Amino acid sequence: MVDADFRLKGSVVTVIVIELYRYTADTFVEQLEQQIQRSPQLFDQAPVVISLEKFSVDESLPEFNLLLEQCRACGLLPVAFRDQGSRFLKNVQDTGLSLLPRPASRGKTPPAVKTAPGPDTKQDMAIKTEAKKKPSIRPSKLVTRPVRSGQQIYADGADLIVLAAVNEGAEVLADGNIHIYGPLRGRALAGIRGDDKARIFCQKMDAELISIAGNFLLSDALDEKVRRQPAHAFLQDDTLCVAAL
Amino acid sequence: MAKIIVVTSGKGGVGKTTTSAAIGTGLAQKGHKTIIIDFDVGLRNLDLIMGCERRVVYDFVNVVKGEASLKQAMIKDKRTDGLFILPASQTRDKDALTQEGVEEVLKGLAEDGFEYIVCDSPAGIEKGAQLALYFADEAVVVTNPEVASVRDSDRILGILQSKSQRAEQGDEPVGEHLLLTRYDPLRVKNGEMLSVEDVNDILAIPLLGVIPESQAVLKASNQGIPVILDKETEAGQAYSDAVDRLLGETREHRFLELPQRGFFRRLLGVPA
Repeated sequence: MVDADFRLKGSVVTVIVIELYRYTADTFVEQLEQQIQRSPQLFDQAPVVISLEKFSVDESLPEFNLLLEQCRACGLLPVAFRDQGSRFLKNVQDTGLSLLPRPASRGKTPPAVKTAPGPDTKQDMAIKTEAKKKPSIRPSKLVTRPVRSGQQIYADGADLIVLAAVNEGAEVLADGNIHIYGPLRGRALAGIRGDDKARIFCQKMDAELISIAGNFLLSDALDEKVRRQPAHAFLQDDTLCVAAL
Repeated sequence: MAKIIVVTSGKGGVGKTTTSAAIGTGLAQKGHKTIIIDFDVGLRNLDLIMGCERRVVYDFVNVVKGEASLKQAMIKDKRTDGLFILPASQTRDKDALTQEGVEEVLKGLAEDGFEYIVCDSPAGIEKGAQLALYFADEAVVVTNPEVASVRDSDRILGILQSKSQRAEQGDEPVGEHLLLTRYDPLRVKNGEMLSVEDVNDILAIPLLGVIPESQAVLKASNQGIPVILDKETEAGQAYSDAVDRLLGETREHRFLELPQRGFFRRLLGVPA
């Protein structure tokens, strides 16, 4: 008997979706770079799906290959396009990528083709992280060097463990818990996709800001009893509590 | 193989150019063929500190643009054998430099037999500073013992870890060295200045040296003589120690404590 070399499985993955409203080559790349600069780690070599669902019919067609090249030049990995209907089918096929249908669960919403972005925004696109389904447990992200001012580290769908300091002006984020075996002087945000069971642990609590599932606390609200002490933060009845360890 | 050392800080006015001049001179004094490159295009200062401002004909930007050869632009230092200076342009801005152009120049210098290339970074974290550190093997992070400078140094260390060529190619990370300048033990004792330990606690990188606050530094700058050449001064000696450490030697850190002042010096009010 021959053992199969592989097995086919269905799986649900989380990807970044670039929702395109309109397209001009120069502004697209400029805005994309701006977005990426805000959290480079999050976007580095990240697979992306380009959604054309909200692409305005009034706008001229994007040059699909140029669009893909621009994404790649920014360090993204476009894996597919997404649209309802097949108005761009030919263009997409020419690029060699596939055209995904819209997620079935949203089938009822009327097509938002003409929807312009809010009047206050001049963005040509919105970048959304879509959590289709909770991914299975991923290994924790481990950081061994100090997280320095201006750096941002995100543990996607996982816990974050830092074996050094998180300095002032640095930001650590995790979908799960955050463990810092060193001083926390910067910002730590746990459970950023809404997990209210997430906690933040650190050896020396001196944070600028801590947040769990969107409930945050600034440094001046920190109890003097826990300041510069080993401490952990957790949610209790929607209130963020910080206790000494 | 030429070793590329970037002298950087994020913050301005902390002593990058003074340090570049001192370290470059120190390395050349030890018999290593060295060049100091001024990356601060538009705010050219290194030539003043090195006292060669009247000998600038072509500059770094001319070489990058192919308007002059390296040989034409390099200025040979008159005081120290084996030391050269590549001045910045005063009339251009930092966009005049390109990564490819800088790489070409560095390659040319390595082929020319330079053992050390000291890159004097401009302040800030924009293009000029990023180009200065991109090709570095070692980084000397110049920091003053005050919170803003420490935070900016922290930021530049983060950039070294993510935006340098070594980081991008996944090579061994850029070697990090902390150089604390303008250190005043009296003000540290009075709690007006961060101590070496305070700074180390935040930055957590090996200490290359501590340069005491000294009148000699300003005087040397104005005269165009690198302070390291003034062996009489504490600042000069501290820079010599730092160069020795950079070359892998072990030197005890000096000038960290308040000097013991003798009775007569106190009586006469002679500064230590």
